[in-house]
Amino acid sequence: MAMWLFLGSECLLFGGLISTYMLYRGRITQGPRPSQIFDIPFTSVSSFVLLMSSLTMVLAVTSAQRKDNVRTKLWLTITALLGATFVGGQVYEFTAFYNEGLGFTTNLFSSSFYTLTGFHGVHVTVGVIMLLSLRGIISKDKDTGDRPEVVELIGLYWHFVDIVWIIIFTLVYLIPA
Amino acid sequence: MNATATDTHEQHDSHAHGLSDATAIKIALILGVMTALEVSTYFVDFGAFFMPVLLVLMVVKFLTVVSYFMHLKFEHQMFKLLFYTGLGLALFVYFVALATFKFFS
Repeated sequence: MAMWLFLGSECLLFGGLISTYMLYRGRITQGPRPSQIFDIPFTSVSSFVLLMSSLTMVLAVTSAQRKDNVRTKLWLTITALLGATFVGGQVYEFTAFYNEGLGFTTNLFSSSFYTLTGFHGVHVTVGVIMLLSLRGIISKDKDTGDRPEVVELIGLYWHFVDIVWIIIFTLVYLIPA
Repeated sequence: MNATATDTHEQHDSHAHGLSDATAIKIALILGVMTALEVSTYFVDFGAFFMPVLLVLMVVKFLTVVSYFMHLKFEHQMFKLLFYTGLGLALFVYFVALATFKFFS
Protein backbone atom coordinates (compact mmCIF):
# COMPACT_ATOMS: atom_id res chain seq x y z
CA MET A 1 0.00 0.00 0.00
CA ALA A 2 2.84 2.38 0.88
CA MET A 3 4.32 2.01 -2.61
CA TRP A 4 0.99 2.86 -4.30
CA LEU A 5 0.60 5.87 -1.98
CA PHE A 6 4.14 6.96 -2.86
CA LEU A 7 3.44 6.57 -6.59
CA GLY A 8 0.20 8.56 -6.20
CA SER A 9 2.20 11.39 -4.60
CA GLU A 10 4.79 11.13 -7.39
CA CYS A 11 1.94 11.73 -9.86
CA LEU A 12 1.39 15.07 -8.13
CA LEU A 13 5.10 15.96 -8.32
CA PHE A 14 5.33 15.25 -12.04
CA GLY A 15 1.87 16.79 -12.61
CA GLY A 16 3.24 20.05 -11.22
CA LEU A 17 6.42 19.86 -13.29
CA ILE A 18 4.54 19.04 -16.50
CA SER A 19 2.06 21.88 -15.84
CA THR A 20 4.95 24.30 -15.38
CA TYR A 21 6.57 23.12 -18.60
CA MET A 22 3.29 23.48 -20.54
CA LEU A 23 2.94 27.05 -19.27
CA TYR A 24 6.48 28.06 -20.18
CA ARG A 25 7.10 26.00 -23.30
CA GLY A 26 6.35 28.95 -25.58
CA ARG A 27 8.41 31.50 -23.61
CA ILE A 28 11.45 31.48 -25.85
CA THR A 29 12.86 35.01 -25.83
CA GLN A 30 16.39 34.01 -26.74
CA GLY A 31 18.40 30.92 -27.63
CA PRO A 32 17.51 28.13 -30.05
CA ARG A 33 13.94 26.87 -30.52
CA PRO A 34 13.13 23.23 -29.59
CA SER A 35 12.49 22.38 -33.25
CA GLN A 36 16.06 23.47 -34.04
CA ILE A 37 17.76 21.31 -31.44
CA PHE A 38 15.50 18.33 -30.67
CA ASP A 39 16.78 15.13 -32.26
CA ILE A 40 13.55 13.12 -32.45
CA PRO A 41 15.07 9.91 -33.93
CA PHE A 42 17.66 9.83 -31.11
CA THR A 43 15.07 10.48 -28.37
CA SER A 44 12.76 7.88 -29.97
CA VAL A 45 15.45 5.22 -29.60
CA SER A 46 15.96 6.27 -25.95
CA SER A 47 12.20 6.02 -25.37
CA PHE A 48 12.12 2.56 -26.95
CA VAL A 49 15.03 1.46 -24.72
CA LEU A 50 13.16 2.62 -21.58
CA LEU A 51 9.95 0.96 -22.76
CA MET A 52 11.75 -2.34 -23.31
CA SER A 53 13.30 -2.05 -19.83
CA SER A 54 9.74 -2.34 -18.50
CA LEU A 55 9.47 -5.69 -20.27
CA THR A 56 12.76 -6.93 -18.79
CA MET A 57 11.52 -5.77 -15.36
CA VAL A 58 8.36 -7.84 -15.78
CA LEU A 59 10.55 -10.83 -16.73
CA ALA A 60 12.61 -10.23 -13.54
CA VAL A 61 9.40 -10.24 -11.47
CA THR A 62 8.08 -13.45 -13.06
CA SER A 63 11.50 -15.11 -12.56
CA ALA A 64 11.45 -14.07 -8.88
CA GLN A 65 7.94 -15.52 -8.53
CA ARG A 66 9.28 -18.81 -9.96
CA LYS A 67 12.17 -18.55 -7.43
CA ASP A 68 14.65 -18.64 -10.31
CA ASN A 69 17.46 -16.55 -8.83
CA VAL A 70 19.77 -16.82 -11.85
CA ARG A 71 17.20 -15.39 -14.27
CA THR A 72 16.02 -12.81 -11.73
CA LYS A 73 19.56 -11.46 -11.43
CA LEU A 74 20.01 -11.59 -15.22
CA TRP A 75 16.83 -9.60 -15.96
CA LEU A 76 17.55 -7.12 -13.15
CA THR A 77 21.01 -6.52 -14.64
CA ILE A 78 19.61 -6.07 -18.16
CA THR A 79 16.95 -3.67 -16.83
CA ALA A 80 19.62 -1.65 -15.02
CA LEU A 81 21.77 -1.56 -18.18
CA LEU A 82 18.83 -0.36 -20.30
CA GLY A 83 18.07 2.30 -17.67
CA ALA A 84 21.72 3.39 -17.63
CA THR A 85 21.65 3.58 -21.45
CA PHE A 86 18.62 5.87 -21.23
CA VAL A 87 20.34 8.12 -18.66
CA GLY A 88 23.51 8.16 -20.79
CA GLY A 89 21.40 9.27 -23.75
CA GLN A 90 19.88 12.04 -21.67
CA VAL A 91 23.31 13.26 -20.54
CA TYR A 92 24.47 13.27 -24.19
CA GLU A 93 21.30 15.15 -25.22
CA PHE A 94 21.70 17.77 -22.47
CA THR A 95 25.35 18.30 -23.43
CA ALA A 96 24.40 18.74 -27.10
CA PHE A 97 21.65 21.23 -26.21
CA TYR A 98 24.01 23.20 -23.97
CA ASN A 99 26.64 23.36 -26.70
CA GLU A 100 23.99 24.69 -29.08
CA GLY A 101 23.23 27.55 -26.71
CA LEU A 102 20.36 26.21 -24.57
CA GLY A 103 21.50 26.65 -20.97
CA PHE A 104 19.38 26.20 -17.85
CA THR A 105 18.80 29.98 -17.53
CA THR A 106 18.62 30.83 -21.24
CA ASN A 107 14.83 31.27 -21.13
CA LEU A 108 11.73 29.99 -19.30
CA PHE A 109 11.35 27.13 -21.77
CA SER A 110 14.86 25.84 -21.09
CA SER A 111 14.48 26.14 -17.29
CA SER A 112 11.20 24.19 -17.26
CA PHE A 113 12.49 21.67 -19.83
CA TYR A 114 15.69 20.86 -17.92
CA THR A 115 13.82 20.74 -14.58
CA LEU A 116 11.17 18.32 -15.88
CA THR A 117 13.44 15.99 -17.84
CA GLY A 118 16.22 16.30 -15.24
CA PHE A 119 13.88 15.25 -12.42
CA HIS A 120 12.83 12.28 -14.51
CA GLY A 121 16.47 11.41 -15.20
CA VAL A 122 17.21 11.49 -11.46
CA HIS A 123 14.30 9.10 -10.89
CA VAL A 124 15.68 6.70 -13.50
CA THR A 125 19.15 6.93 -11.91
CA VAL A 126 17.68 6.13 -8.47
CA GLY A 127 15.87 3.19 -10.10
CA VAL A 128 19.12 1.88 -11.59
CA ILE A 129 20.79 2.11 -8.17
CA MET A 130 17.87 0.23 -6.58
CA LEU A 131 18.01 -2.50 -9.27
CA LEU A 132 21.76 -3.00 -8.85
CA SER A 133 21.45 -2.97 -5.05
CA LEU A 134 18.68 -5.58 -5.23
CA ARG A 135 20.82 -7.70 -7.54
CA GLY A 136 23.66 -7.52 -5.00
CA ILE A 137 21.34 -8.42 -2.13
CA ILE A 138 20.02 -11.45 -4.04
CA SER A 139 23.59 -12.52 -4.93
CA LYS A 140 24.62 -12.46 -1.28
CA ASP A 141 21.30 -13.99 -0.22
CA LYS A 142 20.92 -11.19 2.35
CA ASP A 143 17.25 -10.41 1.85
CA THR A 144 15.08 -11.21 4.82
CA GLY A 145 11.61 -10.48 3.42
CA ASP A 146 9.48 -11.97 0.69
CA ARG A 147 11.86 -11.81 -2.29
CA PRO A 148 9.27 -11.81 -5.12
CA GLU A 149 7.42 -9.00 -3.36
CA VAL A 150 10.61 -6.90 -3.04
CA VAL A 151 11.35 -7.37 -6.76
CA GLU A 152 7.74 -6.49 -7.55
CA LEU A 153 7.85 -3.28 -5.47
CA ILE A 154 10.99 -2.06 -7.22
CA GLY A 155 9.32 -3.09 -10.48
CA LEU A 156 6.36 -0.81 -9.67
CA TYR A 157 8.74 2.13 -9.21
CA TRP A 158 10.50 1.26 -12.48
CA HIS A 159 7.25 1.05 -14.46
CA PHE A 160 6.24 4.37 -12.95
CA VAL A 161 9.30 6.15 -14.37
CA ASP A 162 8.41 4.53 -17.70
CA ILE A 163 4.83 5.87 -17.71
CA VAL A 164 6.07 9.35 -16.78
CA TRP A 165 8.39 9.22 -19.80
CA ILE A 166 5.49 8.12 -22.04
CA ILE A 167 3.82 11.46 -21.17
CA ILE A 168 7.02 13.54 -21.40
CA PHE A 169 7.98 12.06 -24.77
CA THR A 170 4.61 13.01 -26.29
CA LEU A 171 4.04 16.40 -24.66
CA VAL A 172 7.63 17.68 -24.73
CA TYR A 173 9.21 16.13 -27.80
CA LEU A 174 6.50 15.12 -30.28
CA ILE A 175 4.03 18.01 -29.86
CA PRO A 176 5.94 21.11 -30.95
CA ALA A 177 5.91 24.25 -28.78
CA MET B 1 -12.63 -15.91 6.99
CA ASN B 2 -10.24 -18.42 8.54
CA ALA B 3 -6.48 -18.46 8.03
CA THR B 4 -6.55 -21.29 5.48
CA ALA B 5 -9.14 -19.54 3.37
CA THR B 6 -7.14 -16.31 3.53
CA ASP B 7 -3.95 -18.11 2.47
CA THR B 8 -5.78 -19.71 -0.45
CA HIS B 9 -7.17 -16.34 -1.50
CA GLU B 10 -3.71 -14.74 -1.32
CA GLN B 11 -2.19 -17.55 -3.36
CA HIS B 12 -4.91 -17.12 -5.96
CA ASP B 13 -4.27 -13.34 -6.10
CA SER B 14 -0.53 -13.93 -6.44
CA HIS B 15 -1.07 -16.15 -9.48
CA ALA B 16 -3.62 -13.75 -10.96
CA HIS B 17 -1.09 -10.86 -10.70
CA GLY B 18 1.64 -12.69 -12.58
CA LEU B 19 1.68 -12.09 -16.32
CA SER B 20 3.11 -14.98 -18.28
CA ASP B 21 6.38 -14.16 -20.06
CA ALA B 22 4.72 -14.70 -23.45
CA THR B 23 1.88 -12.27 -22.63
CA ALA B 24 4.37 -9.68 -21.35
CA ILE B 25 6.38 -9.94 -24.59
CA LYS B 26 3.19 -9.55 -26.67
CA ILE B 27 2.20 -6.45 -24.69
CA ALA B 28 5.72 -5.01 -25.08
CA LEU B 29 5.53 -5.59 -28.86
CA ILE B 30 2.18 -3.77 -29.01
CA LEU B 31 3.70 -0.89 -27.00
CA GLY B 32 6.67 -0.85 -29.40
CA VAL B 33 4.34 -0.62 -32.41
CA MET B 34 2.41 2.23 -30.76
CA THR B 35 5.71 4.05 -30.11
CA ALA B 36 6.67 3.60 -33.77
CA LEU B 37 3.29 5.06 -34.77
CA GLU B 38 3.90 8.02 -32.45
CA VAL B 39 7.33 8.65 -33.95
CA SER B 40 5.89 8.38 -37.47
CA THR B 41 3.87 11.57 -36.80
CA TYR B 42 7.21 13.41 -36.85
CA PHE B 43 7.96 12.20 -40.38
CA VAL B 44 4.47 11.91 -41.90
CA ASP B 45 1.89 14.69 -42.04
CA PHE B 46 -1.22 13.50 -40.18
CA GLY B 47 -3.01 16.84 -40.72
CA ALA B 48 -5.87 17.42 -38.28
CA PHE B 49 -5.35 13.96 -36.78
CA PHE B 50 -1.83 14.81 -35.57
CA MET B 51 -2.75 15.90 -32.04
CA PRO B 52 -5.62 13.41 -31.38
CA VAL B 53 -3.51 10.47 -32.59
CA LEU B 54 -0.61 11.41 -30.29
CA LEU B 55 -2.82 12.03 -27.26
CA VAL B 56 -4.82 8.81 -27.73
CA LEU B 57 -1.63 6.75 -28.17
CA MET B 58 -0.12 8.38 -25.07
CA VAL B 59 -3.17 7.54 -22.94
CA VAL B 60 -3.44 3.96 -24.30
CA LYS B 61 0.27 3.30 -23.65
CA PHE B 62 0.01 4.79 -20.15
CA LEU B 63 -3.03 2.68 -19.24
CA THR B 64 -1.51 -0.49 -20.78
CA VAL B 65 1.65 -0.22 -18.67
CA VAL B 66 -0.31 0.67 -15.51
CA SER B 67 -2.92 -2.07 -16.01
CA TYR B 68 -0.69 -4.97 -17.08
CA PHE B 69 2.98 -4.31 -16.25
CA MET B 70 2.06 -2.66 -12.92
CA HIS B 71 -0.87 -5.14 -12.73
CA LEU B 72 -3.17 -2.48 -11.25
CA LYS B 73 -6.03 -4.06 -13.23
CA PHE B 74 -5.79 -7.10 -10.95
CA GLU B 75 -5.04 -5.25 -7.69
CA HIS B 76 -7.22 -4.48 -4.69
CA GLN B 77 -9.60 -1.51 -5.05
CA MET B 78 -7.66 0.38 -2.35
CA PHE B 79 -4.48 0.38 -4.47
CA LYS B 80 -6.43 1.60 -7.49
CA LEU B 81 -7.96 4.35 -5.36
CA LEU B 82 -4.56 5.49 -4.05
CA PHE B 83 -2.96 5.65 -7.49
CA TYR B 84 -5.87 7.12 -9.43
CA THR B 85 -6.53 9.70 -6.68
CA GLY B 86 -2.95 10.94 -7.11
CA LEU B 87 -3.36 10.92 -10.87
CA GLY B 88 -6.73 12.69 -10.68
CA LEU B 89 -5.34 15.36 -8.34
CA ALA B 90 -2.36 15.82 -10.68
CA LEU B 91 -4.72 16.35 -13.63
CA PHE B 92 -6.82 18.76 -11.54
CA VAL B 93 -3.72 20.76 -10.53
CA TYR B 94 -2.62 20.71 -14.17
CA PHE B 95 -5.87 22.18 -15.52
CA VAL B 96 -6.24 24.70 -12.69
CA ALA B 97 -2.67 25.92 -13.21
CA LEU B 98 -3.17 26.21 -16.96
CA ALA B 99 -6.53 27.97 -16.52
CA THR B 100 -5.09 30.38 -13.92
CA PHE B 101 -2.43 31.50 -16.35
CA LYS B 102 -5.03 31.81 -19.15
CA PHE B 103 -3.38 28.99 -21.14
CA PHE B 104 -6.68 28.12 -22.85
CA SER B 105 -7.60 31.67 -23.93
